[in-house]
Amino acid sequence: MLTFQDVSFQYKTEDSPLINHLSFSINKGEFVSIIGPSGCGKSTIFRLVNGLLKSAGGEIFVDKTNIKSQKHYCGYMPQQDMLFPWRSVAENVRLPLEIQGDLSNPEMDLRANQALIAVGLEEWGEKSPQELSGGMRQRAAFARTLLTGSDLLLLDEPFSALDYLTRLTMREWLLKQWEQERKTVLFITHDVEEALFLSNRILVAQNAPITHLQSFDVPSGYPRSMQTLQQPEMFALKEQLISMLRRDKL
Amino acid sequence: MRKTNRANIPAALLSLALLMIWQAAAMGIQAAYILPSPLQVILRLWELRRPLFSAHLPATMTVVVVGLVLSVFLGLGLAILMDCYPAAEKALYPLIIASQTIPTTALAPLFVLWFGYGLWSKVLVTVLMTFFPITITVFDGFRSVKTEMTDLLFTFGANKQQIFWKLKFPTILPYFFSAIKMAIPLSIIGAAIGEWLGAQNGLGYFSRRMMTQLDGAGVFAPILLLSVVAMILVGIISIIEKRVLTWRGQ
Repeated sequence: MLTFQDVSFQYKTEDSPLINHLSFSINKGEFVSIIGPSGCGKSTIFRLVNGLLKSAGGEIFVDKTNIKSQKHYCGYMPQQDMLFPWRSVAENVRLPLEIQGDLSNPEMDLRANQALIAVGLEEWGEKSPQELSGGMRQRAAFARTLLTGSDLLLLDEPFSALDYLTRLTMREWLLKQWEQERKTVLFITHDVEEALFLSNRILVAQNAPITHLQSFDVPSGYPRSMQTLQQPEMFALKEQLISMLRRDKL
Repeated sequence: MRKTNRANIPAALLSLALLMIWQAAAMGIQAAYILPSPLQVILRLWELRRPLFSAHLPATMTVVVVGLVLSVFLGLGLAILMDCYPAAEKALYPLIIASQTIPTTALAPLFVLWFGYGLWSKVLVTVLMTFFPITITVFDGFRSVKTEMTDLLFTFGANKQQIFWKLKFPTILPYFFSAIKMAIPLSIIGAAIGEWLGAQNGLGYFSRRMMTQLDGAGVFAPILLLSVVAMILVGIISIIEKRVLTWRGQ
């Protein structure tokens, strides 16, 4: 689904590259989390995939086609929900469709409504985003990401601003959404437990520059619950990942 | 009592106190050609209502409206130009700032020399005074557009035009209304200065004529009228702003 081939990138203001000859790939339908220390370049990987940054070298492919020759190939959900306060929730959700411009107004409304039903916000479409709680806003932002129509979703720490209990609810909710939609998800998080709970596979970004991502298969199938995290093999992997990240921090 | 009414009480009390001080001072001085009392001014306004309302107010309002419309076009145009082209910002911004160091009152007689006693000399003074707050405030609005929101629209495949209408335009609207509220009193002052220095009609002209007749209350009457008109216009804009920007402050 997504392939990085020998990709390098350096910010103009920096003396050395942040990403150096990085190669990795994500299979169709996978839920893959990227974890790593702050500032190591995880979000830069996303910005390279969604075209906000241009790589200095190497190629990125989505569905075996170079992203340079594609449009609307990925849905991006940033850390903050970025809902526009002057639009209602439904109007926010239909924004990607408006930009694509392929559908009529009633069709866009219908699709937005379906997306809101999918995320459990059908009663909130006409409300202002300010009336929504943090978790509901993230669900609306997720519905908007779904309406990009892309099979590849890039979720950049979408729950980082939420309180702990809301995060727990939201991760269960996201897993359910993924099981229904079966889109390919690339998910950035600082939370090892969150990555373990959600992912098929975890990629660990170590010190900058990122030259490779160490891949770990999560030793549990789906469906998952909070108890899944208590399994000895999950616990062992959690310890291993935390000690890796700690080592990097020191 | 409504909350807004209660909030206006301090301002109303202070205004009343200032008027009482003014009335007392005028009664103490006992020379209406130097300092007429507020009651004398209101009485004179009533006596002069016919020439003021039928001839001079419309003349001044024509200058204000034409000047304001031109300033809005000029201010918005410059702000959009500077937002779209960084080179234009570098070239224009210092010039726009420099334009405000020119003493308008000193330039106004020159405009009369160039354009005569007609409408355009006064309009030019008005434009010179009002385009600046519109340009700078709206440009500040453009600068306040969140990069993350622009990035998000870009990932949806938005072009520059879509980014302008869906993100930048709603973002600058509150700034635009603030600019207009600043520009209205300035345009009235500009029109009055223009008329004061060279005109055949208008409230500024009328005020100067009363000065030559040592009619203190007659000088103040058109000034009072200008103030009231400015407050009414700002009030109307505030009402429109509240209706349009329903999402503001939520």
